[in-house]
Amino acid sequence: MQSLSNRKKVLEQKPMNFWERIYLPAIFKGLSITIKHFFKPIPTVRYPEVERPYSKNFRGQHSLKRDEEGRERCTACGLCALSCPAEAITMISAERQKGEEHLYREEKYAAVYEINMLRCIFCGLCEEACPKEAIYLDGPHVTADYLRKDFIYGKDKLVEPRFDYKDEHEPTA
Amino acid sequence: MELAFVIEKVLLVSLIFVITLVIAMYSTLAERKVAGFMQDRFGPDRAGPFGILQPLCDGGKFFFKEEIIPAGAHKTLFILGPTIAIITACIGSAVIPWGQELTIGERVIELQVTDVNVGVLYMFGVVALSVYGIMLGGWASNNKFSLMGAVRAASQSISYELAMGLSLIALLMVTQSLSLKEIVVQQEGFVNWNIWVQPLGFLIFLICSFAECSRVPFDLPECETELIGGYNVEYSSMKLGLYMFAEYIHMFVSSALMATLYFGGYNFPFMNDLGLSQNWITIIGVLVFFAKIFAFIFFFMWIRWTLPRFRYDQLMNLGWKVLIPLAIANIVLTGVITVIKDTFF
Repeated sequence: MQSLSNRKKVLEQKPMNFWERIYLPAIFKGLSITIKHFFKPIPTVRYPEVERPYSKNFRGQHSLKRDEEGRERCTACGLCALSCPAEAITMISAERQKGEEHLYREEKYAAVYEINMLRCIFCGLCEEACPKEAIYLDGPHVTADYLRKDFIYGKDKLVEPRFDYKDEHEPTA
Repeated sequence: MELAFVIEKVLLVSLIFVITLVIAMYSTLAERKVAGFMQDRFGPDRAGPFGILQPLCDGGKFFFKEEIIPAGAHKTLFILGPTIAIITACIGSAVIPWGQELTIGERVIELQVTDVNVGVLYMFGVVALSVYGIMLGGWASNNKFSLMGAVRAASQSISYELAMGLSLIALLMVTQSLSLKEIVVQQEGFVNWNIWVQPLGFLIFLICSFAECSRVPFDLPECETELIGGYNVEYSSMKLGLYMFAEYIHMFVSSALMATLYFGGYNFPFMNDLGLSQNWITIIGVLVFFAKIFAFIFFFMWIRWTLPRFRYDQLMNLGWKVLIPLAIANIVLTGVITVIKDTFF
């Protein structure tokens, strides 16, 4: 049949010549290749003892940041949720009450902030969308788990820990 | 027979037995290590430093596995199969001369269990027997795949034994002796090694020992892709372990035999010019002999991780149409050269 692409190559099977028939040259060639690999440095990284450095722009688990005084930066504007192509982020906002100024920086804050890690594609668009520099994907890998519900990370897992532990009012999710 | 003699021999036999088993045990680790390095990775290295406890773990695992004897199997023969395989593999090392003699006080200890004057024939007989283990096991399993593996093992063994025997005849024409001790003594130093007078014979012998040990590229009896494992499909637990062990012991014994017959056994270059005492020469000789054996074992593994398996018709073609005519030609050539040497020089 005529070849349409003109890339067809007809291979003809030639009978083996003398050197090919006695196998030995080919065997020695193969042996030299394997022995070269035997003495090559091995690229394996022995994982639990040695860890490969991550790339600088690695995107891992999200963390919700605090400002210099330890207050949550997030103001629950919803831009991250809007920018998320996988629709992994939801939140419920609440108004800051009197006496909570040391907990939340803006007058509005996220009372509930949830990211579904099974939906998240770690694209980093939430990080780009955030006007308050409140969310960064600078954490470690998201670990495996048994139940789907355990992949919905709330504020307990996302908000970074306070630097000063003097305050007794720890924000709760 | 005096008591000291008996004790000496019993000690020597036990020592050789233990060494054989340990080497076979660590060959399994070495095989995986060599495979690893040749494929740009480390092989098993988690059990102990460099993985040296791996063979013990594997052995322990074999003992704890459930032992299954299939309902349709012939029970006696099913158990006899691996037994014969391991026994025939172990008794081969009896005639191999491991070193010269050691002198302790008044006693002169020969480092060879027994110097049978037909040592080569004995080795041959043992090698021929070893296929019975595989055949019995494969047939007694009552499984078509194992039967196919067993039939392959039998026909392969017969085909390659012929060429092996013929290549040995040419060697025996040179050495004029069937005793392995005698053959080694003749190869003193370096220039007297039989490899220099019998290179073609050695090549044929080498290829045939690969086939006799059913190692890659001749491992058709246990080929995974066609026979889902071959003659040992139905075996589990330590019985499977014994079959595998037998294969590695075979490899060790054939390496020892090749080193003895063609590479001077315990002889090493300049052994008589060093001015050392006899005991020291013996000890160095034993170490050199083991170094040669390990080199051969490494070569076995090197080949295994280089070559693919032969097709069955290629295997038969190679055995009957190439190696046997070549071995006969080698005999004729050796005869002619010997006659010319005797008449003119």
